[in-house]
Amino acid sequence: MPEQIPADSVGLVQPQTLQFDQPLPLRSGRTLPQYQLVIETYGELNAERSNAVLICHALSGHHHVAGYHSMDDKKPGWWDSAIGPGKAIDTNRFFVVALNNLGGCHGSTGPQSMNPETAKEYGPDFPIMAVRDWVKSQARLADRLRIEQWAAVVGGSLGGMQALRWSIDYPDRLRHCLVIAAAPKLTAQNIAFNEVARQAISKDPEFHGGRYKDHGTLPRRGLILARMLGHITYLSDDSMREKFGRELRSGKLSFQYDADFQVESYLRYQGESFSEAFDANSYLLMTKALDYFDPSVDFGGDLVATLAAAQCQFMVMSFTTDWRFAPQRSREMVDALVAAGKSVSYAEIESEHGHDAFLIPIPRYMDLFGRYMNRVAADIGLPALPPEAS
Amino acid sequence: MRADLQIIQAWIKTKTRVLDLGCGGGELLAFLKRDKQVHGYGMEINPDDIATCIDNGINVIEQDLDQGLSSFQDKSFDVVIMTQALQAVDRPDLVLDEMLRVGKETIVTFPNFGHWRARFYLALKGKMPVSKFLPYTWYNTPNIHFCTFKDFEALCRQKNIHIIKRTVVNSKHLDHWVTNLWPNMLGEIAIYHVTT
Repeated sequence: MPEQIPADSVGLVQPQTLQFDQPLPLRSGRTLPQYQLVIETYGELNAERSNAVLICHALSGHHHVAGYHSMDDKKPGWWDSAIGPGKAIDTNRFFVVALNNLGGCHGSTGPQSMNPETAKEYGPDFPIMAVRDWVKSQARLADRLRIEQWAAVVGGSLGGMQALRWSIDYPDRLRHCLVIAAAPKLTAQNIAFNEVARQAISKDPEFHGGRYKDHGTLPRRGLILARMLGHITYLSDDSMREKFGRELRSGKLSFQYDADFQVESYLRYQGESFSEAFDANSYLLMTKALDYFDPSVDFGGDLVATLAAAQCQFMVMSFTTDWRFAPQRSREMVDALVAAGKSVSYAEIESEHGHDAFLIPIPRYMDLFGRYMNRVAADIGLPALPPEAS
Repeated sequence: MRADLQIIQAWIKTKTRVLDLGCGGGELLAFLKRDKQVHGYGMEINPDDIATCIDNGINVIEQDLDQGLSSFQDKSFDVVIMTQALQAVDRPDLVLDEMLRVGKETIVTFPNFGHWRARFYLALKGKMPVSKFLPYTWYNTPNIHFCTFKDFEALCRQKNIHIIKRTVVNSKHLDHWVTNLWPNMLGEIAIYHVTT
């Protein structure tokens, strides 16, 4: 709990729910007849409606990006380190919009919502969403907020993929695209990790083909395993060594099959707390969206041709020890953007934190992020910051 | 603007695609963008310079030049530039090959180690030259491959590289007629415009 709201926090915030009654046609061929999106916004939209920044979330993210819901919250929003007054995305200058994506489990329409056709919970029948479907729903959100063009669309990991998709599908509706710790598509290794996570969930006897709610159960063990595996891939060898080494929980080996090492109990704790907060069907859906993402499929696998339509400027960042979406994967996007003649800058941030680095306020990362957002501000004609504040 | 950059910019046509290797804070690219509508990209490894490029609205890509340019297609740039970095890379010959592969034309500048002051320093003191312009000592210098104009031109001949233009300037980057009388002795910085 924050004793007192920090000065560089957006403070106490409240989510809002928006209802959309226009059916949403999906990549799968199915249609979502109606849906709700839960959003949060920070800062003020200016009179020209030009200073809006969209934040796209990653696998387990949601709309609560910055600030606190109450003084009892243990932690602020998931990207509080980057968003707030005076931070990289400065809410004194920008109007920040964040949402929970469709298929999620934090309030937007998803597997836990009621299917209007059956008057029962969707569960496993909720249509699998593709990144382009999310982006389409985000474009409708922009329409609703009367935002013609985003100053920037920003995302890390799966969020970065949404930002990239924005630049392709709605080229005139964003001026800048920030793609952080992402990839133009998943490798076989990435898909393999996701498949193990899905198997862990779907093979849990409590899963019941995704109808666990009907049976009054939860596939908790499957979710725990899926998250433990995921978590390992978000960290790096270095950061795990640094954090846990071979430290023992009780000072000596137990010669039992319990957790001996600190890293084991840490992973169990992470898995357990995640399994209480996240819906299994949503997890399956999110991993599928990741696996399916490959905007170049519409252009015969040619990423340069795929990006030809983009009009915005790009900032791509990666982290040295990220092996889930390694720097080389970011370079594939950068190289394609250069070949397509687009404006792009790229930074490879030194970090020991693996894929999770994109959520960590690493000084050089936050500095470059802020400098790029200053450039965005200048591009839309916001007054320059006084030198002492920049 | 630095005088060697002033000379280089005059060699670059408007609305071309330019890659600047070791672009620093993006001074040249900013000028070319503003005055010649050039579509440019810089490559840089120094974090402070990268930050300056971002501030200045320059496209900058963080990459070590010694990793090569394999991610860029053949002749995908009109001009590839490298100022004062040839002597600092692991294999200048390979970097030059790569520049000529991805660029239709290439401009390189480097300090001339055949300059009379360097020659006198070594001849009279018997020590590796240290000057205001090249202030490093032999063990900590980033400049690991010094060469002279003659050395560079020999490499060009060996690789069948065509020299379009050559200019030599002194350490203040001024092009003086005396310098051009005996460039390998009197020129401190060489500026070459080459192609294959």
